[in-house]
Amino acid sequence: MSTIQVLSPGLLTTVQDLGREGFGPLGVSASGAADSLALRTGNRLVSNPENAAAMEMTLLGGTFLFPEGAVIALTGSDFGATLGGAPVPLWRSVEVTPGQTLRLESTRSGARCYLCVHGGIAVPFFLGSASTHILSGLGGFDGRPLRKGDVLQIGASNAAFCPETLTPDALRKLSPRRTLRVTPGPQCDWFPKSERQKFYTSPYRVLEESNRMGLRLEGPPIALSPEYSSGGMITEGVSLGAIQIPEGGQPIILFVEQQTTGGYPEIANVISADVPSVGQLRPRDEIKFELVSWETARSALREQESILASNSLISG
Amino acid sequence: MPTSVAAGARFQPASDQSLLVYFDERITLESHGKVVRLLRLLQSEPVAGIRDLHPAYCSLLIKFDGLRLTHEDVEAIVRTYLDRLQSVPVPEPREMEIPVCYGGDFGPDLADVSTYHGMTPAQVIELHSSSDYIAYFLGFVPGFAYMGELPDALVTPRLAVPRRSVPAGSLGIAGKQTGIYPFATPGGWRLLGRTPIKMFRSDETALSFLTIGDRVRFTPISPEQFLALEKAQR
Repeated sequence: MSTIQVLSPGLLTTVQDLGREGFGPLGVSASGAADSLALRTGNRLVSNPENAAAMEMTLLGGTFLFPEGAVIALTGSDFGATLGGAPVPLWRSVEVTPGQTLRLESTRSGARCYLCVHGGIAVPFFLGSASTHILSGLGGFDGRPLRKGDVLQIGASNAAFCPETLTPDALRKLSPRRTLRVTPGPQCDWFPKSERQKFYTSPYRVLEESNRMGLRLEGPPIALSPEYSSGGMITEGVSLGAIQIPEGGQPIILFVEQQTTGGYPEIANVISADVPSVGQLRPRDEIKFELVSWETARSALREQESILASNSLISG
Repeated sequence: MPTSVAAGARFQPASDQSLLVYFDERITLESHGKVVRLLRLLQSEPVAGIRDLHPAYCSLLIKFDGLRLTHEDVEAIVRTYLDRLQSVPVPEPREMEIPVCYGGDFGPDLADVSTYHGMTPAQVIELHSSSDYIAYFLGFVPGFAYMGELPDALVTPRLAVPRRSVPAGSLGIAGKQTGIYPFATPGGWRLLGRTPIKMFRSDETALSFLTIGDRVRFTPISPEQFLALEKAQR
């Protein structure tokens, strides 16, 4: 079996696939790739099923030795990757010869870069998924971020290498957005119209204390209507991409490793098509929110899926 | 999209791929019973395209695949399930006992809570451990049971500033609720003690120590018993 040796892990590198479904009643959220579009396209480039497990790197990449070689693709943000000293293009399948070392540096664009490998990264499944749930220390590689000296197994592979590239058109259409489209949250009526207007016209900055559970934002604080300001919301289930307004009025976007329930009013919810863009936001990035209709949200998701399903996604 | 009401339930889109079903706007045993029944029905007769369920005190969040279903589709399906709620069998609740070492380093807020209520720490322990609690649902993080209700004399607000990290096994109270942190997480509940029981395991046949609907009672133990039980768990 082929392996990947972790010579240096980078800042926060975990094994992720598309996450686990159906364990919400136990308080277990989906986890999975923060930028699922980058993971899915990366897997396609190396002839894997879209949900194969890959490495998710955050802000600063690692250094990896491939003693037996491999076919890989790097997707997401540009971490200045080199293979045996030569630059490696993103969004393209690349052959790694036995003994070569892949080195990634700090990001030149967004928050996350994915290292997909033909055959996938082989880790034991936990609750039907290879994804790491960092907070609970479950899933992925030993339930934790990778460390120096870790050796990852690459799943069985058989396809011969053929170079594949994401087409420029697909890349453009799937690129991350800085204006996140949202639908109204279940408690949007708890906020006066003037506060909602402030939310939709002001820029918000991503704070350092952001992670896979949630992104903390900073900007003009949003206040509840007086009749709701005494608190007293009953804890309820929360959705991926929910935007909570806690005391103090600074928004939090609940993300892939989200808490399953929460007790803060939600003003809005990032549409599913834009959730992968959240995975590319770095601390200090500035974002805005744009309210769209339910129909717009639905058609954006359908359109994204049709790009992924189209023949013009990848060219040889 | 307008909110609609059917069979005592209110439907509210939460995201483009999720729908909230509210049975009440307050916590009652009746509304919680409906949450449990609807959850059981959706688990025993799963609907293609429904991906996940997040139960809470008096609501259920239904996550679905937006490429296959719309809010209207899910609402229509749930309405047919609501008509059958009364016939859903609910097993007798399990009686669970959780050993807790109160106070000391394990319960750093016991003294403050006692002062707040004008009681001695022993009275707080006696009151907390002599009540029966319902595990309303598991949420927040894996295996975290929201339990209630606390005796009125123990109802205490959350910490003004949450702790950055609460040790795994910590027993906390907040408002009328009590619960145990299964993992080291940030937390704003006031900590009275700690249990050596692992509340959530990676063993897929016995993941969570508690399950929705359990009746729970806390048993005070000594630090020595805590250590012995902790050792036995390994």
